[in-house]
Amino acid sequence: MNLGTRKILDRSFTAVGITSITLMALALLVVVVPIFKGGIGAIYFKGTIEHRKLQYNEFGKGNRLVLDRQIAESEPYREEVYRMLDAFEAEMESMEPGEKRNYSSKYKKVRDILSHLLGPLPGDQEPILLRYQYGNTRWEQAEEGLHKLMFVTKWDYSNPNEMAKQYFVPRADEFSGTALAALFPYMESSLEKMLLPEQTFYWGFLTERSLDAHIFGGIWAEIQGTFFLAVGAMLFAFPLGVIAAIYFTEYAKDNFFTSILRSANSTLAGVPSIVFGLFGLAFFINTIKVSDSKSVLAGSLTLAIMILPTIIRAAEEAILAVPKTYKEASLGLGSTKWRTIVTVILPAALPGIITGGIISLGRAAGETAPIIFTAAVSVGATIGLADVFTQPTPALSWNIYNLASEHEAANEIRHVQYGMVLALISIVLLLNLSAILLRARISKKLKG
Amino acid sequence: MQMTAEEKDASKVASKSGATRDIFLPPERERVKDGGKPHVMAKNFSIFYGDFEAVKKVDADILSKYVTAIIGPSGCGKSTFLRAINRMNDLIPSCYTTGTLMFDGEDVYGRYTDEVQLRKKIGMVFQKPNPFPKSIFDNIAYGPRLHGVKDKKMLEGIVEKSLRKAALWDEVKDRLERNALGLSGGQQQRLCVARTLAVEPEILLLDEPTSALDPKATAKIEDLIEELRGSYTILIVTHNMQQASRVSDYTMFYYEGDLVEYAPTKQLFTNPRDQVTEDYITGRFS
Repeated sequence: MNLGTRKILDRSFTAVGITSITLMALALLVVVVPIFKGGIGAIYFKGTIEHRKLQYNEFGKGNRLVLDRQIAESEPYREEVYRMLDAFEAEMESMEPGEKRNYSSKYKKVRDILSHLLGPLPGDQEPILLRYQYGNTRWEQAEEGLHKLMFVTKWDYSNPNEMAKQYFVPRADEFSGTALAALFPYMESSLEKMLLPEQTFYWGFLTERSLDAHIFGGIWAEIQGTFFLAVGAMLFAFPLGVIAAIYFTEYAKDNFFTSILRSANSTLAGVPSIVFGLFGLAFFINTIKVSDSKSVLAGSLTLAIMILPTIIRAAEEAILAVPKTYKEASLGLGSTKWRTIVTVILPAALPGIITGGIISLGRAAGETAPIIFTAAVSVGATIGLADVFTQPTPALSWNIYNLASEHEAANEIRHVQYGMVLALISIVLLLNLSAILLRARISKKLKG
Repeated sequence: MQMTAEEKDASKVASKSGATRDIFLPPERERVKDGGKPHVMAKNFSIFYGDFEAVKKVDADILSKYVTAIIGPSGCGKSTFLRAINRMNDLIPSCYTTGTLMFDGEDVYGRYTDEVQLRKKIGMVFQKPNPFPKSIFDNIAYGPRLHGVKDKKMLEGIVEKSLRKAALWDEVKDRLERNALGLSGGQQQRLCVARTLAVEPEILLLDEPTSALDPKATAKIEDLIEELRGSYTILIVTHNMQQASRVSDYTMFYYEGDLVEYAPTKQLFTNPRDQVTEDYITGRFS
């Protein structure tokens, strides 16, 4: 191959490499930016007075005096709404039965939307579920609610060859000529004064328990559950994995049995995580009964088995990478094999072992399938450290799936889903970052 | 060439074929005190890597407190022989030995021999400097700590003594807590010597200790060997024939696993008995 061709080949490969890396970076950006934006929205948003009422009533946070003043400030505007409703109800009383029936169903819809926006209206029953006791806590939700109030959603089925088209009709038209017609322009102009939105930093999202299945409140139970599960898995898998790696590299003879063990380990690393989940259920819970039902302990054990091959592999690589001369030097000084492993080989292999460990920790924190049957519940209380042997826990990975797919109000709590995703990604990223830093520090110490 | 009666006597007993049980000594002026006893005795000693016989039926006595050099072309078995003395070859799974190798009257490959105790008495310095990634102090103190010295004062004493013996003390006394990997190659190698001396061995095995060093550092190591001569039995494997002739009292020449010639250094280099030895030391092959 002549020089010219070689140069062209080099250059074209560089171009291909740069292009593919750029594409990957772009793809990453496309994924990460919405997660970041949505996740931040769970903590930093325009919170309404309903948010502050909830925080004060349920968590005792906030300033009573300021809250009272704001309630007093918003109350006249709300009174005006209630007055309009009363007037319309009185008007309905005097209508003919047919007309009344016609209006009453439409009016019920208006009341529903209003109570969703502002909280229970006078004359409503005291709601049992927390989600009906407060109006919209977030301003962007309130704006959606307002749109729902202002317009009736209709579907156009006129063209049979196309999908039906959505279109909006002003709701005010349904009530034209009645006392309620004035409500709609009034709501549009005064909603802000009724809800008093202000920019809110809601740190409680990370530190408070959830209320009414994540409709309100934070995700502390999930964060803590993730932490328990991942750390628990490490407690089992890390010592076992390192011991196995020492055995493989220093003690095992090259025979049939060892090669079987090695290939079993590699195979284990490729088993889908859901299989580990089912195995955990069948073995840890049903067979040896580490707990009566799902528990953090069972989940940790299952995760431990899942990450064990990775830890063994990483530790093995790290130990094999320790220069043989260290071992020779130590043995030459009259050290025993075990002493050599503990005082020379393991310290030198530590950066690699720890890196493998922390990457596995990140994986344990993020896995969903192994904990579905063994540890995770969709809605649960924050558990104490003493409960980990018997109690299941919510966990970020599982609850992200649950909120996105199975929650009855999945559409209204997208900010919680995003917040959880961001929290989980941040935890995994932080773990990996600390692995890199720790590794750098130990390597620096070893290199001198 | 004219030989003294003494040298004649020595060459008689040190030939490959002859019985080497008798002791032969260098001229009076070069003798060391209490030296010259057989320290390591190989009898019909062979080393195998699987089917390959790397060292073939060696009969030789290594004399105490003298410096013995082992020379020979690459792959001739000289390092293998050296590493057999402190059982470093145990690390190679396919390696085994036949015949006997005695050290201080103890069978090195005996069934009940504790190789850990053995290695304590047989120090080894390797081709490439291999300090641990620890501080200079911890490197030297590693051996004594292994063998139960815990007292800080005592350790400090041992460290200083060992570093002085290895002629490194003046260069590192102010930075004992620094990582040993920060030292230069030559300093690292002397550190390895000091580390070995800290265990107070009886024999020093040096496996091409200067092959990774520059000439200046090499000279320092050679000076060090000269210093230690008379206190320790020293065996040095080297590729460098000038080095062998400079530092050693006796020289073994290995060729393809055979101990071809074993004689006082001066004699081996000036009046080799074997044609192969002569060809090698005159550079006809290497």
